[in-house]
Amino acid sequence: MVRLGRGAANKGLIVARDLDKKYVRGSEEIHVLQGLNLDVDAGEYVAFMGPSGSGKTTLLNLLGGLDVPSAGTITVAGDEITHLSRRRLTEWRARHVGFIFQMYNLLPVLTAFRNVELPLLLTHLSKAERRQHVETALKVVGLQDRMAHYPRQLSGGQLQRVAIARAIVADPTFLLCDEPTGDLDRKSAGEILDLLDVLVRDHGKTVLMVTHDPRAAERAQVTLHLEKGSLVESEAVPA
Amino acid sequence: MKFLPLVLANLGRKKIRTALTLGSFAVALFLFGLLVAIRGAFNQGIDVAGKDRLMIINRTSLIQPLPLPYRDRILRIPGVTAVTFASWFGGVYQDEKNFFPQFAVDSETYRNVYPEFAIPADQWAAFLEDRMGCVAGASLVQRFGWKIGDRIPIRSPFFGGVWEFNLRAIYKGQRAQDDLTQFWFQRKYFEEKGPPYMKGLVGWYVLRISNPDDAVRVTKAIDQEFANSAYETRTQTEAAMAASFVKQMGNIEFLILCIGSVVFFTLLLVTGNTMAIAVRERTAELAVLKAVGYSDRFVLGIVLAESLTLSVVGGALGLGLAKAFTAGGDPTGGMLPVFYLPPASLAAGFALALAVGVASGVIPAFSAMRLRVVDALRRV
Repeated sequence: MVRLGRGAANKGLIVARDLDKKYVRGSEEIHVLQGLNLDVDAGEYVAFMGPSGSGKTTLLNLLGGLDVPSAGTITVAGDEITHLSRRRLTEWRARHVGFIFQMYNLLPVLTAFRNVELPLLLTHLSKAERRQHVETALKVVGLQDRMAHYPRQLSGGQLQRVAIARAIVADPTFLLCDEPTGDLDRKSAGEILDLLDVLVRDHGKTVLMVTHDPRAAERAQVTLHLEKGSLVESEAVPA
Repeated sequence: MKFLPLVLANLGRKKIRTALTLGSFAVALFLFGLLVAIRGAFNQGIDVAGKDRLMIINRTSLIQPLPLPYRDRILRIPGVTAVTFASWFGGVYQDEKNFFPQFAVDSETYRNVYPEFAIPADQWAAFLEDRMGCVAGASLVQRFGWKIGDRIPIRSPFFGGVWEFNLRAIYKGQRAQDDLTQFWFQRKYFEEKGPPYMKGLVGWYVLRISNPDDAVRVTKAIDQEFANSAYETRTQTEAAMAASFVKQMGNIEFLILCIGSVVFFTLLLVTGNTMAIAVRERTAELAVLKAVGYSDRFVLGIVLAESLTLSVVGGALGLGLAKAFTAGGDPTGGMLPVFYLPPASLAAGFALALAVGVASGVIPAFSAMRLRVVDALRRV
């Protein structure tokens, strides 16, 4: 289960210790995260909430290896990522992290199939194997009949489904979702949250989600609140 | 190859912009092809000049003649193996626009000095037997639709009247740059029909020497032989003579270099700007590629690949058009007798296109490579 305090042993899938992140703007130092500790076990569904500027997205970026902390360590599945070179960190992301963004961030010039295939092009899979993986991922998100569609031909909800398929197609260690329902209407948002539920419940995925939406946070097993760079509250939801 | 669809899809994103950039490359490389062909046409005389050939003209100017008896004195100079001579005729065939060079040649010695011109033996024999016979280059024959046996009237503004010639032989070259637009006729006919003041005089001498390295010594020896005479000589290698002709028309080489440089510099700016915009407008997409595991080097590579694809396709298009255009030969009706695009220049043009492709893509590619995912996504 999620632990906020500094545990004696690093047993979680994702372990953050004494995490600091500060930015320097002119002569001013802005501390976004301060002494943050976190343990997330495999298969957990965690939501991060908090006001704007509280450090949610920064935390997600650090956990996803998109940014490096000013101090502290992050260990994922036993590998400490905080001291990896930029190139190693990129390789690590390809193997371990699936990203889902608020604005979907699909490539508009590629079909749904090609968008989902992107992470697999970095692997040694054959064309036939890639096709099989992509079809499976699109089937999981319910878009197997939209493979040849371009992003401009899909609705917001469908775009986010394609983004989720892209995030899961390489079977990453965990998924990071940054406001995945922030740009969707209520119905579509509900469908995306249902899909994330399925990924956690039926496929055993570990999901970390940043959200402003309390309804989205309710779906998570644990909701953590970030305030002024620190995790201040934990709320466990019985399975 | 599995990334090719990604490169092509990115290029297809703004079809008009891609087409215009391709067009810029095509126009620039087409122009390059034309400039190379024009430069080749001007330098043709230098390119085909025999290393063992020297030319002797009157020291005063090319239009001043030299005495025919010089021939035997030239032949006696050590190192000289063969001598021939010719005179400029400057006639007009049908219309002033139909320019081509006509020479009265010494039929007995001319081919000894110009062995590169191939003529069938029976045709050459027919030419020697006919006092009014003439020999024309294959391009010239093709241009005017002549055939062996045709009667060719040429009006002479310098020597008066219309001169009639019988086409007895057609010569071909052995190299692409050989001039096939010349028209030769017999010196004897020129002496017979020409004005009295031209009798015993020739326009210039051409000679072969046994050792090209001996050219300087032979040159000096010839000019010393005729120093302080009524007809002093100026002897040069054939290449130097051809180069001095080109120089008389201005610094063609420099002019072509300037035009070419401006065109390619502009192309560099156009393509560089296109690639910079292309990278800037898809910052978020490049960031996503990096987020899902594409390396900085890959992102650099894909931007360079796009730039190179543009240069390769546009360059091939432009060079292909230039090749097709020059395949038709001289477009000026005689001013550029040897007008063609050699394979080496095609290769050079292609290399130039690639260089522009790399140079125009390298800065946007490096900025894409250095892009930080977090910063890029924050901008969205």
